[in-house]
Amino acid sequence: MAQAAQAQDATQKAYDTVIGLEVHVQLMTKTKAFSACATSFGAEENEFICPVSFGLPGSLPVLNKRVVEMAILLGKATGCTINHESVLARKNYFYPDLPKGYQISQYDKPICEHGTLPILLDGEVKNIGITRIHIEEDAGKSMHGGGGSLIDFNRAGTPLLEIVSEPVIRSADEATAYLKVMRQLVRTLGVSDGNMEEGSFRCDANVSVRPTQNDPFGTRTELKNINSFRFISRAIEYEADRQWDALQHGEKIVQETRLYDAEKGRTYSMRSKEEAHDYRYFPDPDLLPLVIDDAMIKDVTADMPELPWQRRERFESAFGLSTYDAEVLTADDTLAAYYEAVVTDGIDAKTVANWVTSELLGALNQRGWDMSQNPIGADRLQGLLKLLAADKITGKIAKEVFAKMFETDDAPDKIVASMGVEQINDEGAVEAIVAQVIAENPGQVEQFKGGKDKLFGFFVGQVMKVSRGQANPQLTQEILRRKLAE
Amino acid sequence: MAIDEKTVRHVASLARLDLHGVDVTKLTGQMSAILEHVEQLKEVDVTGIPATAHAQNRRLRLREDEPMQVITREEALAGAPKRQGNFIVVPRTVEGGGSS
Repeated sequence: MAQAAQAQDATQKAYDTVIGLEVHVQLMTKTKAFSACATSFGAEENEFICPVSFGLPGSLPVLNKRVVEMAILLGKATGCTINHESVLARKNYFYPDLPKGYQISQYDKPICEHGTLPILLDGEVKNIGITRIHIEEDAGKSMHGGGGSLIDFNRAGTPLLEIVSEPVIRSADEATAYLKVMRQLVRTLGVSDGNMEEGSFRCDANVSVRPTQNDPFGTRTELKNINSFRFISRAIEYEADRQWDALQHGEKIVQETRLYDAEKGRTYSMRSKEEAHDYRYFPDPDLLPLVIDDAMIKDVTADMPELPWQRRERFESAFGLSTYDAEVLTADDTLAAYYEAVVTDGIDAKTVANWVTSELLGALNQRGWDMSQNPIGADRLQGLLKLLAADKITGKIAKEVFAKMFETDDAPDKIVASMGVEQINDEGAVEAIVAQVIAENPGQVEQFKGGKDKLFGFFVGQVMKVSRGQANPQLTQEILRRKLAE
Repeated sequence: MAIDEKTVRHVASLARLDLHGVDVTKLTGQMSAILEHVEQLKEVDVTGIPATAHAQNRRLRLREDEPMQVITREEALAGAPKRQGNFIVVPRTVEGGGSS
């Protein structure tokens, strides 16, 4: 108890943290947001460019329909209002990888507003408010070296959706949970590959602290460009502690952008000029208002797939799984599909869940593999669990066969045959083994009959040892009870 | 609406322009004159007319997501003042190394 209380104290902070998240997802379109040049990655520098993404004078932007459809899809999935009229605006700033001198974005009239994302925290659903989702274009990339800055415009003009949460997230864990659900959602919807390392799923966190949740918000700082869930969590933890510590020492928090140094595990100020934040937004004169009618919304949402949280609830109700198991199995679309492919009549759905979450994920983790590297197809795991359900093999043997399945592509029944480990279900055969065990252990038999009930386990163990784990466990117990009573 | 020198300096710094004394004074007068000229529009009665950023009352046309190559890399890079391999080279914008 003392230990549990201590653990609780460690997670209980002396202050209240307030976090709002801004997520940028790169959309999987074939072409850029405002021009027809391709968005392929891994190409040579400056290969996918055109007058628009190069910002050449006289070129005009034309919005990609697919970008609008993806925004509607994500907006509807998160319960947002889709604004029938929204405005594309210019965000002005000067940087060499932004050739036009402005980024086309949305300002006071975004395409989607007022949504929620349901996340699971300690088994409880919490709905995180989404302020807005808007369309914008990405900048190019720059590398800074000795001779100057090198610019590659391949990424310039790539479509992005920026998703802004309400400042209602209260811990680093909650932030991570939100981001994981969001990333899974964009993948489920097919709008983004959600790859954080390659920058197609980027997160900025606005963090502030206050003594209690009844106090007004403190001054916030913005943590930018953190490219893993682990680092985001650590950066938020560090930043909240840093702010609280500064306040305790009578210092003031400066509203600024900070970066996270993963190696040193700390955040540091970007020291940008205050003026850099004067973006002078105004409606882009090159782009008329974006009008979306109900027919388009209906068309787009007709393709709405089952959403991660809907699937989690269905797994709980249809398969009788615990919230925890359902969460683990639906945290990844490939895993969820795999589980459903294994489940079939005659095999208990919970047994399948146990095998998938403990045995399969355990074995994959051990090898540092993910589901895409899983060598055990759904049909093979199903085959194995059918053998187990039909009492062809014991649970112990099933685990051995499962281990073998990592080394060979053979079907489980073939592996069982080659190992010679079919379960012994023949009563006569089990009786013979029981008789042998009783004959070989007269001392123990005498003690058992004298009242030492605990020895029953010893006899079961002996039968399993003699039968090399193949004797039907239930049958073994029945026959042992009968024979020992004689 | 009159523009003061402070605003001119602020706008110049946002535009990365290096303005000095005489220029600031000159531009302050010119920018004020331009804005005053535009302010004549205030004389028009716009009661009951919704605000718009565009002269045309039309909706945005959308484009199908079909790739099309308009110019080659060589054509695009031909206008770059300096290049290194396939990169365009510009004066160094940040201190230290790294990328963004």
